[in-house]
Amino acid sequence: MAHDHDHDDHHDHEHGSELSEMQIRVRALESILTEKGYVEPAALDAIIEAYETKIGPHNGAQVIAKAWSDPAFKRALIEDATAAIATLGHVARTGDHLVAVENTTSRHNMVVCTLCSCYPWEVLGLPPVWYKAAPYRSRAVKDPRGVLADFGIALPKETEIRVWDSTAETRFLVLPMRPAGTEGWSEAQLAELVTRDSMIGTGFPKTPGAPS
Amino acid sequence: MNGVHDMGGMDGFGKVEAEPNEPVFHADWEARVMALVRAMGAAGAFNIDTSRFYREALPPHVYLSSSYYKKWLLGLENLLVDKGFVAPDEVKAGHALKQTKAPKRGKFTRDDVERIMVRGKFGRPAPAPAKFKAGDRVRAKNIHPATHTRLPRYVRGHIGVVERDHDCQVFPDSASIEAGENPQWLYTVVFDSAELWGADADPTVKISIDAFEPYLEAV
Repeated sequence: MAHDHDHDDHHDHEHGSELSEMQIRVRALESILTEKGYVEPAALDAIIEAYETKIGPHNGAQVIAKAWSDPAFKRALIEDATAAIATLGHVARTGDHLVAVENTTSRHNMVVCTLCSCYPWEVLGLPPVWYKAAPYRSRAVKDPRGVLADFGIALPKETEIRVWDSTAETRFLVLPMRPAGTEGWSEAQLAELVTRDSMIGTGFPKTPGAPS
Repeated sequence: MNGVHDMGGMDGFGKVEAEPNEPVFHADWEARVMALVRAMGAAGAFNIDTSRFYREALPPHVYLSSSYYKKWLLGLENLLVDKGFVAPDEVKAGHALKQTKAPKRGKFTRDDVERIMVRGKFGRPAPAPAKFKAGDRVRAKNIHPATHTRLPRYVRGHIGVVERDHDCQVFPDSASIEAGENPQWLYTVVFDSAELWGADADPTVKISIDAFEPYLEAV
């Protein structure tokens, strides 16, 4: 969370109050809903624990590593990502309408939700703040190369960029290109190279041997 | 609604700034809000489209100046009060004070958590044949509903090409105002950058949206 260090004492005090105001307000609503018997706190704890410990980009990374290793799985993933991932039971449980989009030497895919924050939670976990914030949502569809520059990456001038605006309940997972120099690598080794951003289209997988 | 949430193509928000090693949540209350929204939705208090509509309906200055999960909290409070699940004086008091309407699926418990870790299905049987097929040129209608829609402003009035369909799905414009699921065909429609952003646009860029059939007209 942004914190402005130029505040004087008075404003610092207000800033602190605002934070606790949010805590108080959320606790109040949780109390109301618990007392009414609509939710139980243990259920909330379990939801939070799942997103903090079980569901994250490591799930998607396993899917990508499998696709890099197994051409039949890759074909199935492109055909119907939800069904293909279901065959990997242990990796992630995906709901309807996940679409995998493949990067090639001639085409790069990038995913955004200009209207809110739609994101494939089941394979990538909860979205990072930048994905949900105005700069990315406003510019990704109009100036994707400028956005990629913000991430410190550049594509060849002639590479086609396809921006997928997630305006419905379809969710998109970018299948990045397999890095060179990984011949013979195991799926587990390959999964280590797959970054979250490479599955959104705002980054590339790690390069073998490069410092991470 | 033509709200500030509909951000595609706007200028002036600055650079994208990624936070290295970003935590899943930046404060405990963010996690509680996320879980409350998921739990109350699963309990049947609202559908996903209604919850989005309530976040978009926040006053523009509030929407733009609130953190993501603060918007979730404000939208949730407004929704629960409007729909009669919580009384306004209860929000002020921070405690339940009276009998209010209960969510239709009853209490959300620990045993319900597993089922919400997988997204619900939005596909529905088709009430009518699809009007469009892959390769068809279509125009995104110039429509400006005052309620929730998933047709972003930046494509309205512009011509694209249908790439594929996704069968019939729940129509957010209806579901968000609790007017039924009203399933509609859903298509991926691809636009050239110049069609959307003018002749100076980067010719290597194509943009697609997923558009429900009522958003589209034949060209």
